[in-house]
Amino acid sequence: MGTCPKQTGAGLTSSTLLLLLVAITVTGFFLGRRRAVALAGAGGGIRSLHSLPGHYGLFAAIWAGIPAVLMIFLWQSLESSVVTDLVIRDLPAEIRSLPDARVGLFMNDVKNLVAGNIISDELTPEIRQAADHLERLTLLSGWARTILAAALAGLGLVLAWRLIRPELRARNRVESVVKGFLIACSTIAIFTTVGIVFSVLFESARFFKSVPITEFLFGLEWSPQIAIRADQVGSSGAFGAVPLFAGTMLIALIAMLVAAPIGLMTAVYLAEYAPRQFRSVAKPLLEILAGIPTVVYGFFAALVVAPEIRGLGESLGLSVASESALAAGLVMGIMIIPFVSSLSDDVINAVPQAMRDGALALGATKSETVKQVVFPAALPGIVGGLLLAVSRAIGETMIVVMAAGLAANLTANPLEAVTTVTVQIVTLLVGDQEFDSPKTLAAFALGLILFVFTLALNAIALRVVKKYREQYE
Amino acid sequence: MEANPMTQDIRPEITPEPPAPREAASAAMSEARSAEVPDTTFGVIEHPDPIINCRDVNVFYGDKQAVFDVNLDIGRHQVISMIGPSGCGKSTFLRCLNRMNDTIDIARVTGTIELDGQNIYDPKIDVVPLRARVGMVFQKPNPFPKSIYDNVAYGPRIHGLAKDKVELDEIVRTSLERAGLLGEVKDRLDQPGTGLSGGQQQRLCIARAIAVSPDVILMDEPCSALDPIATAKIEDLIDELRENYTICIVTHSMQQAARVSQRTAYFHLGYLVEVGETDKIFTNPTHKLTEDYITGRFG
Ligand SMILES: Nc1ncnc2c1ncn2[C@@H]1O[C@H](COP(=O)(O)OP(=O)(O)OP(=O)(O)O)[C@@H](O)[C@H]1O
Ligand SMILES: [Mg+2]
Repeated sequence: MGTCPKQTGAGLTSSTLLLLLVAITVTGFFLGRRRAVALAGAGGGIRSLHSLPGHYGLFAAIWAGIPAVLMIFLWQSLESSVVTDLVIRDLPAEIRSLPDARVGLFMNDVKNLVAGNIISDELTPEIRQAADHLERLTLLSGWARTILAAALAGLGLVLAWRLIRPELRARNRVESVVKGFLIACSTIAIFTTVGIVFSVLFESARFFKSVPITEFLFGLEWSPQIAIRADQVGSSGAFGAVPLFAGTMLIALIAMLVAAPIGLMTAVYLAEYAPRQFRSVAKPLLEILAGIPTVVYGFFAALVVAPEIRGLGESLGLSVASESALAAGLVMGIMIIPFVSSLSDDVINAVPQAMRDGALALGATKSETVKQVVFPAALPGIVGGLLLAVSRAIGETMIVVMAAGLAANLTANPLEAVTTVTVQIVTLLVGDQEFDSPKTLAAFALGLILFVFTLALNAIALRVVKKYREQYE
Repeated sequence: MEANPMTQDIRPEITPEPPAPREAASAAMSEARSAEVPDTTFGVIEHPDPIINCRDVNVFYGDKQAVFDVNLDIGRHQVISMIGPSGCGKSTFLRCLNRMNDTIDIARVTGTIELDGQNIYDPKIDVVPLRARVGMVFQKPNPFPKSIYDNVAYGPRIHGLAKDKVELDEIVRTSLERAGLLGEVKDRLDQPGTGLSGGQQQRLCIARAIAVSPDVILMDEPCSALDPIATAKIEDLIDELRENYTICIVTHSMQQAARVSQRTAYFHLGYLVEVGETDKIFTNPTHKLTEDYITGRFG
């Protein structure tokens, strides 16, 4: 039986088991409710219950469902390592005494054999035996899991049944379980973020072991490619990130110079002047602009805008690189216009009509009202929107990859090619890399910088917004 | 407000429906029902020294008419109060007087309103100087999100009323003084106007309105968001302002109308039912509807 391609689990499959649990849980709900109603009927009617009958139902359902589901998850996460350990323990001594990596390889073969895949080595009796053992254990584990889950669910149900009485504060219990669930959900997001931050931090620390942090932050030359040469690892690649920061800033600046005025004026027109029909058409159109994938903007920038700028520059006698910061910045600016305009439009609309009436009733013209009253009142929100747009511009990758080039020039001339932090992260990681070469690790360091920078930007945005709030509310 | 008398009040050309049996039980109610909106306004619509003359003013919101054929003179340096049940068109009429209805897309005004003999609905008229002459204070205080000083200085600045900083300071100071607010805020003119209490904010709005030296100040329920003490302050203020300004005030408080105004206009379902000296309206109203309203039978 060892070679037949089979599933790894036995007993009921996970989905059937879950279905069964759902059924038990639902039954639990109805039983709990019935029990509560019955108890109430015996003494003083529904009003003698502490909570609504439905809460007692939920209480029973929770007892029936949650312990069993938790158990299944726990089982699932431990199963394969426990089973593998057990198989290894029973291997012949001469295999067990091999180095860990060889044992791992052997176990891989065993697992492949069980799964019916091709194995790397020839089929020895040891492998066959271990495979049989593994399969037996897996089968056993599957049944154990099924029986345990069903038992837990049944036990929970019985327990809940016995706990239910009119004084039981079922609603409070149910609500605290729900609260716990909500907390668990929110911590998932938090832990993921924390996890990412830490892994980036650790990898960056490894990078800074081979390249000093000062060189990375203040070095003026960026050419990580040299470092690939095996005899010069880490020592001769230039990892000065200043040209990348400068390129990022330059492009973000150009983008904001395009997006901020156009976006804001669009927003002011839409919110204050546009007839309702125009607004109802224009706003969705702008939002479509926001929905265009950035890669489309990217080839628009590379294939249309960049050659155009180059042609224009040449006709003026300027030398323009075929991939220029200007092209990337312009297109990125267009990409974030809807960002700016849509956010600002919402903010401007949220300024109370009373504010406008107050100014108009003093004899202010429409434009005075907009400039001097509505706009200042909306400023906090607008600033927040602009800073969000900046962090969007800094994090944007596709357009710059395609239109800004890869050359790490340290320049303030928008007509030259520059490169950005995100572009370099991409190029560092594309293709086959040694995983712990400084070149690969540099991507983490760049990511860390990007992260710190965006974080700082958001913090500043919050501060600014708060300061204006205090002033204007 | 009781719904029934309101909804049953109808124009003369429509025959009144026979009272429904279950309502006929109340004598007061069937009496109120017999009172109808008159064809012409009761009382004296003219004033010997008018600053504003309204003739045949009708206001429509889309197809719906909110104000019907109002004829009314507003006397110079007087306080005129406008009272009436909710939704009877007081605010709508008030907003006609400085063309604030222009800001509502669907609003349409017909008839003539003359300010010192000039029709403000004349197409040649520019609303900007008009609104500088006819200021407005709203129900909810709406100071700008600026400093106290800048709130008051806003109007003079946009109209170029002060030739230098000294003059502007002086305007701000006297306006705050007149609004009875100077004492409370003179040490913190640079702080946001929105940081004041509700009553102070409303007086700030009044100061802001008088800083442009208007001839007329329109007030739409200026005290409805205020406590009795703040209300009393504003009523005193209105009484003093009368010396230099003409004031039209919409109010739901009959006591307030009696205390601050010289003339009172009673609106009902968009019609100006009765207008006259405040004393006369409150002691001896001519029209049944007016009497019902001021005696508190409805509204
Ligand atoms: N912007 C508007 N659009 C459409 N209809 C309106 C508008 N403003 C007011 N109306 C209608 O016009 C009528 C008069 O309203 P108005 O606000 O003038 O009443 P009011 O006497 O000031 O009432 P209140 O005492 O409650 O303030 C009401 O029927 C109202 O529904
Ligand atoms: Mg009103």
